Amino acid sequence: MAKRSVIPYGPQHPVLPEPIHLDLVVEDEKVVEAIPSIGFIHRGLESLVDKRDFNQMTYVAERTCGICSFQHGMGYCEAVEHIFGIEIPERAKFLRTIWAELGRMHSHLLWLGLLADGFGFENLFYQCWRIREKILDMQEMTSGGRLIFSVNTVGGVIKDIPADMLRTILSTIDDVEAELKVVQRTFLDDYTVQSRLKGVGVLTKEQAHDLGCAGPFGRASGINTDMRKLGYAAYPHIDFEPIISNDGDSYARCECRIGELFQSMDILRQAIAKIPNETDLATPVKGNPNGEYFMRVEQPRGEAIYYVKANGKPYVERFRIRTPTFANLPGLCEMLKNTELADIGLLVLTIDPCISCTER
Amino acid sequence: MAEVIHPEEILEEIEASALLTKVMEKKKDGYRLSQICAAYIDEKYELSYSFADDETYQYVTYRLVIDTDVEIPSITEIIPQALFYENEMKELFGVKIKMISLDYENRLYRIRQEAPLGPKKAEKAE
Repeated sequence: MAKRSVIPYGPQHPVLPEPIHLDLVVEDEKVVEAIPSIGFIHRGLESLVDKRDFNQMTYVAERTCGICSFQHGMGYCEAVEHIFGIEIPERAKFLRTIWAELGRMHSHLLWLGLLADGFGFENLFYQCWRIREKILDMQEMTSGGRLIFSVNTVGGVIKDIPADMLRTILSTIDDVEAELKVVQRTFLDDYTVQSRLKGVGVLTKEQAHDLGCAGPFGRASGINTDMRKLGYAAYPHIDFEPIISNDGDSYARCECRIGELFQSMDILRQAIAKIPNETDLATPVKGNPNGEYFMRVEQPRGEAIYYVKANGKPYVERFRIRTPTFANLPGLCEMLKNTELADIGLLVLTIDPCISCTER
Repeated sequence: MAEVIHPEEILEEIEASALLTKVMEKKKDGYRLSQICAAYIDEKYELSYSFADDETYQYVTYRLVIDTDVEIPSITEIIPQALFYENEMKELFGVKIKMISLDYENRLYRIRQEAPLGPKKAEKAE
């Protein structure tokens, strides 16, 4: 029997964008078990419900994470709107969909770049982030902020996207699509890339289901679920199907996210084509929320759950975010078993971990 | 126009003694543990165990309302992935949970304050 030893991995590591620690039990070069530790950046954002009223909490929710900031704000607002029982203006629903899909695109492009960096393909990393800049420019043009743009409010949105900007988004995503097709070929067809991704870190459909995996991580293992199907924002007006794969390996995770990038561009085109010409952007909200709701939103990393409980006072009683990375940690630990020590950095990246979201 | 799913969303209050049975039932029915959430309201804990069906999107939440001194069983023997949720409830709220498969001993989030969102916080505020 090979000698067992424990290798500490993280929280500071060149591959890790955010701090997570793993105790890796290894036999020679093979990982037998991985025990994760988080808690390096816990901020206690949820406890701010004592100090910020339900409107101000929108801004707190948006600051949970820099990457999926818009979707955090939207999830919180949708939960409160359900409690109020209000319908937001149709144009606001489409605007939320447009910003949500721009956010998904820049998040997936960020991830693709990090993945390329993880397997040592620096030029591919630069290309992905160069393309991502165009999406960030769109976000800045439409909202004034590149990542955290605070456009959500309970009842709708506070900013509109004029017609000329919508046309600019359409022409930009045409450019992005052409450039992405070149990058896609390298990610999916290049022999060297395939050798690092194919058959590495396999998680079966049964394992992914039992471990509660969410988002592209679960869909890459064949779990056919996408919370956008629940019909929040303008998704009832958009034609799309979840992108799934059945291989469950790192290549499938990459394939799913690339597929979702093209899907997001399609959703953006549909949303811009169908956006109604209204002037109302928000439904006025009277009084304070009273009730509770679990709102499920499909973030770039998967299903996020926003729980809000309110008692008719300005300060909600409880606000809780269950982030997709929190749900994907058990799947990560299972996936790392029986893999080579040299693949750990890459495999941790394939769940697209967002630790600041997770710790809140 | 895309097909929109309008799933059933059920919230059922249960006794602590029925927790393991309900969890086992849901696992047998093919549900996925979606989340566990704790809240400290009116000097009691409200614990919500939510299960999702990935095909129908149905969402079932079991709600336990217990006194702060009541100890509840861990569900990690049935659903191992619950360990992070249970450790969070224990560390942030001070919920008493016995037999968690991997107990971080209040070091999941590495915070110095004991149960910051639990009863002690309410006492301090008073």
